[in-house]
Amino acid sequence: MRLVVDLNRCQGYAQCAFLAPDVFAMHGDESLLYNPEAAAEQREDVARAVAACPVGAILLELTDEDMADIGSQDAVAGAGAGSGGSR
Amino acid sequence: MTGEHTRDGALEHLKREGRIVIVGASLAGLRAAETMRDKGFAGSLTMIGDEPYEPYDRPPLSKQVLLGNAVADHTALPRRRAIDADWRLGVPATGLDMAARRVRLGNGDEVEYDRLLIATGVRARPWPNPEEGELEGVFVLRTRDDGEGLQRALAANPRRVLVIGAGFTGSEIASACRERGLKVTVAERGSAPLVGALGAVIGEVAAEMHREHEVDLRTGVMVTALEGDPAGRVRAAHLSDGSTVEADVVVVSLGAQRNTEWLAGSGLGAGPRGIACDAGCRAFDVRGIVTDDIYVAGDVARSPHALFGYQFLSLEHWGNAVAQADTAAHNMLSESADRRPHLWVPAFWSSQFGVNIKSVGVPPMGTEILITQGSLSERRFAAVYGYQGRVIAAVTFDNCRWLPFYEQQIESTAPFPPPFSTVDRRPEGNKPVPADFPDPSVPTHGPTITLSGYSPADRKMTFTPGR
Amino acid sequence: MTQALLREIIDYANRANPYPLYEELRQTPVSHEGNGPYVVSTYYEIQSLLHDPRISSDSRNLKATGDDPLGQSADDEGTALPPSFLKLDPPDHDRLRRMTNRPFGPPHSPHRVHDMRDELDGLVAGLIDGIAGSGDLDRVDLVDQFAYPFPVTVICRLLGVPHEDEPRFHVWAETLAASLDPDPDADPTQRGKGTTDARMELGMYLAGLIEERRKNPGDDMLSQLATADGPDGAMTTMEALSTSALLLIAGHETTVNLITNGMLTLLRHPDVLKRLREEPGLSVPIVEELLRYEPPVQLLPQRTTLSDIEVAGVTIPKGASLWLMLASGNRDPKRFENPDRFDPDRKDIQHLGLGSGIHSCFGAPLARQEAQLALSELARRLVNPRLLEDPPPYRQNAVLRGPRHLPIACDGVLPRAG
Repeated sequence: MRLVVDLNRCQGYAQCAFLAPDVFAMHGDESLLYNPEAAAEQREDVARAVAACPVGAILLELTDEDMADIGSQDAVAGAGAGSGGSR
Repeated sequence: MTGEHTRDGALEHLKREGRIVIVGASLAGLRAAETMRDKGFAGSLTMIGDEPYEPYDRPPLSKQVLLGNAVADHTALPRRRAIDADWRLGVPATGLDMAARRVRLGNGDEVEYDRLLIATGVRARPWPNPEEGELEGVFVLRTRDDGEGLQRALAANPRRVLVIGAGFTGSEIASACRERGLKVTVAERGSAPLVGALGAVIGEVAAEMHREHEVDLRTGVMVTALEGDPAGRVRAAHLSDGSTVEADVVVVSLGAQRNTEWLAGSGLGAGPRGIACDAGCRAFDVRGIVTDDIYVAGDVARSPHALFGYQFLSLEHWGNAVAQADTAAHNMLSESADRRPHLWVPAFWSSQFGVNIKSVGVPPMGTEILITQGSLSERRFAAVYGYQGRVIAAVTFDNCRWLPFYEQQIESTAPFPPPFSTVDRRPEGNKPVPADFPDPSVPTHGPTITLSGYSPADRKMTFTPGR
Repeated sequence: MTQALLREIIDYANRANPYPLYEELRQTPVSHEGNGPYVVSTYYEIQSLLHDPRISSDSRNLKATGDDPLGQSADDEGTALPPSFLKLDPPDHDRLRRMTNRPFGPPHSPHRVHDMRDELDGLVAGLIDGIAGSGDLDRVDLVDQFAYPFPVTVICRLLGVPHEDEPRFHVWAETLAASLDPDPDADPTQRGKGTTDARMELGMYLAGLIEERRKNPGDDMLSQLATADGPDGAMTTMEALSTSALLLIAGHETTVNLITNGMLTLLRHPDVLKRLREEPGLSVPIVEELLRYEPPVQLLPQRTTLSDIEVAGVTIPKGASLWLMLASGNRDPKRFENPDRFDPDRKDIQHLGLGSGIHSCFGAPLARQEAQLALSELARRLVNPRLLEDPPPYRQNAVLRGPRHLPIACDGVLPRAG
């Protein structure tokens, strides 16, 4: 799994760090640090984190390794920089 | 006005079977490529990058990677979609022939284009004395290889690390070292860390953070020489105040240089300040005439911004790379009436000593600063910068949920000082004080926003001081 | 017009479907009449006000509103307890929330909520077993038999409140939740007294528990709040009481609605229910869409302005009462395509269901986990579930809106997984 968080969007709600604590971690009250290449077994937790992000800041790409056991799911989730959410 | 209605079908032809070349295979280049494919570009796409790696994310290199929480070669950027590109990695572009529409590569190959996007970014400014810079234990931090090498050096428990330059990267490195329990000295030419980017009022807060975390912070000094041992390992640095710092790891963090040398003599308006482009990301040539087929995005671009008096801005910001790449890609595949201006409000973040620093706008334009919320001494606050009676920028320390409000203030050119009260207003928020930026004509560690005047030709270094 | 609309929204007769009223309200993004509150009903305006430092959550900044029939009494907290962080501004809000977060979430307790999954699984399984064992599958009340006991058990365990005391504090929690509800027909004096009494009794009950935990601290949040001594120091007893009362009530009164609204919505959208049965992971986007489509907190009626501010062309004077209509913003067609359609495949879903800004829902990650597990297991185990009443009977509360009962029937209950 490849991850990138748009930390300009991130407002430190920490939903990702609650729901996938082995991939996302708060550093202090507001800073987010994350593992940009999470292991395949973190997939469910990461999916919860991506969905819960209140500002749609997490871009996730499932790689071949992740796809091996899940078939034909949409490989790309998250909003990235393209969606119109923030104004 | 889309494809089938175009005047001469040229755009439709370009989209169907044109050749687009992107020089620079990092964040901006990748996101631009994705946007082009999203917009239906079906022609050939060539991605040229001097590093041998597919596009990766750099911000983790000075944070997670140095802390050992992530691995340097595991920072490849997720893809938003497949881009079906011809990748030329590990090969630098070495020249441009604008008339023949050709990019020359380091291996002698030439690649022809119908549209060219330049996103070559910046590189770390090296230590000015090459011999000293070659000493083992001396690092810069920009690339994945840099990150990997520095991480390994830190993991070997050096007796002391010296960081030269206390900009954002230097401060983040010092923070990571302290978190790993390493002794760190930071030498900064300016009066405080971050002073070039955020001014001395905020710089003083940053200095306190260093000291509180037992960083040996030396300000107002320059490192004059690095000294090696007989085996060619760095062992000490000599400072302008006559002192010596013994260190077996030295990180040179003196800002960045634009990767524009390969364009020398090409006729493009490229120089040490970057490549000038119009608000629609089209590059200027040296005569100040805008080109039709060459676009620029990311750290290497200098582009005029409507919110800041159309002065050219160079932004070394992650978010700018993403937004400008998107705009450039859109415009490359649009008729002129459908093009969009790059109107992104500058924004960046830094994570250091457990504090989240975020900013919007252009702080170095500010002449005054007002602490609107919270308190400097608690290191939890929001502050706005004023310029000619309007709000020009804002910064927060661990207070980022308010930042969207200040961004709106900047976008709407709201008055400064703000005429309203806010939650958490303290006595220090009663009146503005001078923001106290250093004289911008004296280079410090390289602020991440550079204002570079109004001339697209970049014949000389022009600065507009914030007053 | 505004007052009339607000009355209709608050009117119990419209509880089952307030959305057409919200739609009407959105014709005027910021509406106001007489001495009434300024009502903000459109997405972008609400979103920016939630991040606007000129807006206070502290009712002490509210100017007295005279004879406003819909107005909140300026201090319905009474004198029993000081305001909780929900009704405070920074720096007090930030400090108390930070201290409360210490035993709950990252950075200090990063795994706590995540590691409750097994326990939550067990509770869900047990409650569904209970439905199976009740012997009457022709009439199951999903509220009383599932959606209420589940989150209440969770919050009790998390806080360290003995579950057997539930019948006692249930009454206080209901009364206090009702006090959030701007009911124009209630006798304000009578209601104020009821609220004060409930807060007093709840406060005394919690004070006893906290006292005991100070002596014999356990692994629960009450113990940790009572004994904490981080960089922000320790909470005063009164702060610990207000905070634990807030958590207990919020844990009681909101997740139950999220789960019940969720099952109701799924039963009204059998195609989605069917998909969820086959694909439990779909509960993740379903819960996000539910938070948009049927948010358990419909509006925030407690904000006020610290300065005159302009919103959507309307000047709201300093000290005005401000209502932020979250559920209306969530259905704003300027923000969401086909906003009245329940669509778990929606990609762009930055809803207001959990608020935004510094007061965004404290328990959000726990609520998400509870609702995801509850919905996916109910969908998987209940065989051919169907609504017996549509709409079901609702609770009185217009703010914390949800069915009081959700009577369903089903043909059977599948066994637990593995």
